[in-house]
Amino acid sequence: MADENKPAGEVPALNGTPGTQSPEATTSGTGGSTPAAESAPKPAAASPEVSASKPAAESAEKPAAKPAAKPPPKKKAPAVMEVSPWEGPLVDALKERFGAQVTEFLSYRDQDFLVAELSAAIPIIEYLKLEQDFDYLVDITAVDYPKREKRFEVVWILYSFDKNLRVRIKAHAADGESPATAVNAHLTADWLEREVFDMFGIAFEGHPNMKRILLPDEWQGHPLRKEYSIIQQDQDWVRENLQIESA
Amino acid sequence: MSEATTLAVPEATFLDSNEMVLNMGPQHPSTHGVLRVILKLDGETVRGTECVIGYLHRGVEKIAENRTYVQFAPYVDRMDYVAAVSNALGYCHAVETTAGVEIPERAQVVRVILAELNRIASHLLWLGTHALDIGAMTPVFYCFREREEVLKIFEKYCGARLTTHAFRIGGLQYETYGGFEKDCLAFCDWFLPKVDEYEELLTTNRIWVGRTKGIGILDADECKEYGVTGPVLRAAGVEWDLRRAQPYCGYENYEFDIPTCQNGDTYDRYLVRMAEMRQSARIIRQGVEKLAPGPIKGKVSKVLKPAVGETYTSIEAPKGELGYFVVSDGSVQPYRIRVRPPSFVNLQALDRMCRGSLVADVVAIIGTIDIVLGEVDR
Repeated sequence: MADENKPAGEVPALNGTPGTQSPEATTSGTGGSTPAAESAPKPAAASPEVSASKPAAESAEKPAAKPAAKPPPKKKAPAVMEVSPWEGPLVDALKERFGAQVTEFLSYRDQDFLVAELSAAIPIIEYLKLEQDFDYLVDITAVDYPKREKRFEVVWILYSFDKNLRVRIKAHAADGESPATAVNAHLTADWLEREVFDMFGIAFEGHPNMKRILLPDEWQGHPLRKEYSIIQQDQDWVRENLQIESA
Repeated sequence: MSEATTLAVPEATFLDSNEMVLNMGPQHPSTHGVLRVILKLDGETVRGTECVIGYLHRGVEKIAENRTYVQFAPYVDRMDYVAAVSNALGYCHAVETTAGVEIPERAQVVRVILAELNRIASHLLWLGTHALDIGAMTPVFYCFREREEVLKIFEKYCGARLTTHAFRIGGLQYETYGGFEKDCLAFCDWFLPKVDEYEELLTTNRIWVGRTKGIGILDADECKEYGVTGPVLRAAGVEWDLRRAQPYCGYENYEFDIPTCQNGDTYDRYLVRMAEMRQSARIIRQGVEKLAPGPIKGKVSKVLKPAVGETYTSIEAPKGELGYFVVSDGSVQPYRIRVRPPSFVNLQALDRMCRGSLVADVVAIIGTIDIVLGEVDR
């Protein structure tokens, strides 16, 4: 039962297949200035001529990862999230308190979220808990955008019982970067952060027990990274522990 | 953060020579699936626990990224497989929110009726197995008898009993069968006296009270701290139910009470779930009254491509808040789907609830959280 705390800085080796790195490098990151615009790595670049010569342009443009079953786009959907600004007393309070650390206050489909610096996420969560009654940490998760300069988007979802409000906090994290743990503010963060670590390889700094939770401890690779194929698995682990050769 | 740090878990030491480590599971009948709990014991007293989970991990979230929105719908039934309808409701609701799809009135009402029937079925399975764990042999037979009637309604409606895939994005696939309303009402009439029967067996039963009262206490603050929702939270005195707090699927049009208790122990959680079954029957009756002819599917294109965006949508599943975080990149496949399962989050509080209690109570506490490992591990 060795509950030894792993040194937080020790980020486990990333075992993703490095093959997918090269095409990413070609797409120049548009920088962190407009995360909303960036949030949509459109599979089919919606250029006007696509609709004219559908099949040829489609197959040429698309990376092999997406299945061929996808039909060509019939009408052009907007490539960015159609967000509206989020305003209100809570936003004013947060602006006053955190200033430039929060880059955006946005709302989409009546759901409010803010985009903050990675280092500011935990202070914001603590502030919201202690002074704004956001006493329930609903979920912590992440989304992988391999083409971005900072590939991960870490998402915290908070809820206030008193106000009946839900707020999302988003922050960008580069591969190997460690967000601070939320365990000291919300105990529920313990398993949630372990799952994010397990699935994405984002190690949370200061977490008391940063190890895998769903996959075996010795498993190599983080399945929810985009380069991890759906049929990929840790062959060595399977062979060693299950004594089977899988395809 | 002084307030928060005081709530940190007291440490279990390994230096004390009296401490013994005992492994429970993963193949233990009372762990309701493949849950392994490592107990740190001082004699009969539990000093700490550690859950080892993941035995049923199927990578559901990864599968979602490789299927279309429509193709992924049957998979969600396999998470909380005793409440498949609630899972389907949560998923369809989340995708509809992301895509901005409106659901016809009739489809909403049928959804509510089926979801509440499923809540009853889920609570019945919980009651039967929970009582069996504690040593009351009889209730499980009664519970399964009543649950069978719910499953029969599901079977008549969509052909499946457990993993129903009853809903489709945008509404329903099937119109209700002839006599659906009659079956639902007949079930409610027949079922409510049965709840009284269970209560007669258990509520004042000395052994039952002795095994559950004051066991596995989790107060309101601890519930919030651990993110615990559902009947466990309500048994601690917090009158919070997503059907009331943030209504979906037309729940704002139904009259129902949110049962609560004050002590937050195993016995109170039992009382809350019993009351919830009665409330569900009440909602079903109102639903049948509201059932008017009309379309059952909204306008959804065959190739569903939600606009670029992300939403978090949650419903009150039988076990607590079931949330879906859907990220769309504008294609037919979800860019990311995150399931926020109530079982996974609630199970985390097991350690706090078990500390200081006896080994035999661990079984009762695992039962009272009402977990389904398919949902914990996904």
